[in-house]
Amino acid sequence: MKNAIYMDYNATSPIRASVIEKVSTTMAEVGNPSSVHSAGRKARSVVEEARAKLAALTGARPRDVMFCSGGTEAANSVIFGSGCKSLIVSQIEHDCVLAAAKRVDHPVFKVPVDRSGVVCLDELENALAQAPAPALVSIMYANNEMGAVQPISHIVELAKKYGARVHSDAVQAAGKIPIDVKFLGTDYLTLSAHKLGGPQGVGAVILAPTAPFQPLVTGGGQELGRRSGTENVAGIAGFGEAAFEALAGLENSERLGALRDKLEQELRAYSNDVVIVGEGTARLSNTSCLALPGVKGETQVMHFDLAGICVSSGSACSSGKVKVSHVLDAMGYTQDVAEASIRVSLGYETTEAHIEAFVSAWKKLYDRTSRR
Amino acid sequence: MVNTPIYLDNQATTPLDPRVLDIMMPYLTEHFGNPHSSTHSFGWRTEGALELAREQVGRLIGATSDEIFFTSGATEANNMVLKGAMALWGPKRPKLLTVVTEHKCVLEAARFCEKLGFELEILPVETSGLVNLKKVSAAIDERTALVSVMAVNNEIGVVQPLKEIGAIAKERGALFHTDAAQGFGKIPLDVDELQLDFMSISGHKIYGPKGVGALYKRTGRERSLEPFMSGGGQEEGVRSGTQAPALVAGLGAAAAIATDEMDLEHQRMERLMSSFLGRLQDAVPGLLLNGDVERRWPGNVNVSFPGIDGDLLLANIRDIAVSSGAACASAVSGPSYVLEAIGRTVEEAKSALRIGFGRFTTEADVNFAADHLISAVSKLGGTKA
Repeated sequence: MKNAIYMDYNATSPIRASVIEKVSTTMAEVGNPSSVHSAGRKARSVVEEARAKLAALTGARPRDVMFCSGGTEAANSVIFGSGCKSLIVSQIEHDCVLAAAKRVDHPVFKVPVDRSGVVCLDELENALAQAPAPALVSIMYANNEMGAVQPISHIVELAKKYGARVHSDAVQAAGKIPIDVKFLGTDYLTLSAHKLGGPQGVGAVILAPTAPFQPLVTGGGQELGRRSGTENVAGIAGFGEAAFEALAGLENSERLGALRDKLEQELRAYSNDVVIVGEGTARLSNTSCLALPGVKGETQVMHFDLAGICVSSGSACSSGKVKVSHVLDAMGYTQDVAEASIRVSLGYETTEAHIEAFVSAWKKLYDRTSRR
Repeated sequence: MVNTPIYLDNQATTPLDPRVLDIMMPYLTEHFGNPHSSTHSFGWRTEGALELAREQVGRLIGATSDEIFFTSGATEANNMVLKGAMALWGPKRPKLLTVVTEHKCVLEAARFCEKLGFELEILPVETSGLVNLKKVSAAIDERTALVSVMAVNNEIGVVQPLKEIGAIAKERGALFHTDAAQGFGKIPLDVDELQLDFMSISGHKIYGPKGVGALYKRTGRERSLEPFMSGGGQEEGVRSGTQAPALVAGLGAAAAIATDEMDLEHQRMERLMSSFLGRLQDAVPGLLLNGDVERRWPGNVNVSFPGIDGDLLLANIRDIAVSSGAACASAVSGPSYVLEAIGRTVEEAKSALRIGFGRFTTEADVNFAADHLISAVSKLGGTKA
């Protein structure tokens, strides 16, 4: 596995070396951040240092950063804790938003996206006009499957006209594109550590100073009463370190963009019928969603696995189940195309040689389909 | 030779066992895959780690691996059970029964259910810190959906009679939950013997990592819970969110070590407690042990020093890290509700210290701590002349 080429960063990212160092040294120390003795105070300072780094990554105040167990918990806490009277989501949200939306006990509106995967602002405005106020608009910053980046500041502007609050699931965007919540004006932004080179099991909600919030997990009153439970000190320390590295390495996204574009151009030059989902749209520079009509995504994934390359078909959730993507469906792709799609996502360890290996494996697969 | 400050706050959190860290490290480095990535070997590898840990945790409590669901900690598990069971079963059986000395997260979750309109009954405890079984029996009826009683108290260490409570709950058809954050891996807890439907488990109280816990949920539709977090449908839909293989493997390893070492460790804790307590009792007249002396986890010594201010005492014992209350939401000071519930006066409660021994506490540590504490108490005028 060490020699395998990992191209599934949107599922989870390899942990950065500096993060591993930070997590393992923190783990070796004892202390509950809520204890008042020196061991406790030391653990507290580790948590607060990480909080400041998350604040720096997102342009927030440290006290508006709330740590929790991951992106899913973060999104659930916002959806169930904003106190809003209705919920507006896009059709291409992550499952954690869509599944939570099924359980809220107030009206839910689903806003479509266009062919390129961008939320239709007219439809959003229609929903805002109908939804009982205040509405919570929950629209992801960047899509996990095909990378489309949403016009969040426009969405916020529109929402504010109707007195709505805005949550953006920025799990895939953070560390890939610059984020400043003061500029965006979001009320809630949610993040996950393991998508940006941090450990699994940690996430955060970045609140606006005025955002109402009812806790989901209640108890000892940690995180200013917003999220109870002993803090995952080592995980949080690793999250802070990953945020710091991500902020310092944002320019890496240009490099990844060049690699991704090269990959897509080579496939395009080789075949007329490869579908590059969201081609020409503002996308995350590391993400490519490719369909090869007539060849099932699972078959393609297996082919790449044999070639030592890890990619995915659909998103990595509900283990074992691979279902047709609701994202591609919402974008108006036929089931044939959706079933024939794979996701390639690059990251900080991806090299030009990896791209070449992928392209060559892809060409082999393409030739086997006897199109040529 | 001891290294100061000596960590004697093992109820707040425990040091990570180096053997656990060894098991965790590969999942932070080469085996970093998303365990729910079903399409490649990185994912399969970490999924396997989750399944092994599920067996290790299950084995310790007599459960099968498909009854173990990983969470971010015991607080989350407690929230899932109380809020989830009442949301689903409360409409038919509106009563929720718990105990006044439960951990804050159980009490907070219970009050949340009360706000939704369910009937909450909070049982008192005796001066021993234990529930009175007659009162338990009188409180559970066919309108009770859920009974939640902790295994071992975090502040005073008493062990509740779960077996007897389980039998009563079973007889009346109520679901039975225990918050075993302080008991799992320390005392034998068998889900069948105790007739438990749910158990909440924490990693960092048993020398495992923080940020991971588990929920034991007995198989069967009648133990279904309203989902707490929704999303990708991981953990059979019981708990969504990407699992953290390093943390989960750490919890599994911690459980496996506890399975092997629990009995010996219990005996060692008894020796440490009896020697420590004996020395304190000899030196400090009127010393009060909080919580039953027999039915307790011996790693917990909670004592009141009548006439002495606990905070002042803490300030004078800088070489040992102990607690004057439960470690939660720091800066919330005020007498402990647990000590109040066992009938301690405000003065007695304010003079209390919790000294928590653990796996890495040596006899020398305990001797040093006793000397240090006695000399501080003496300075504040609390020892024999």
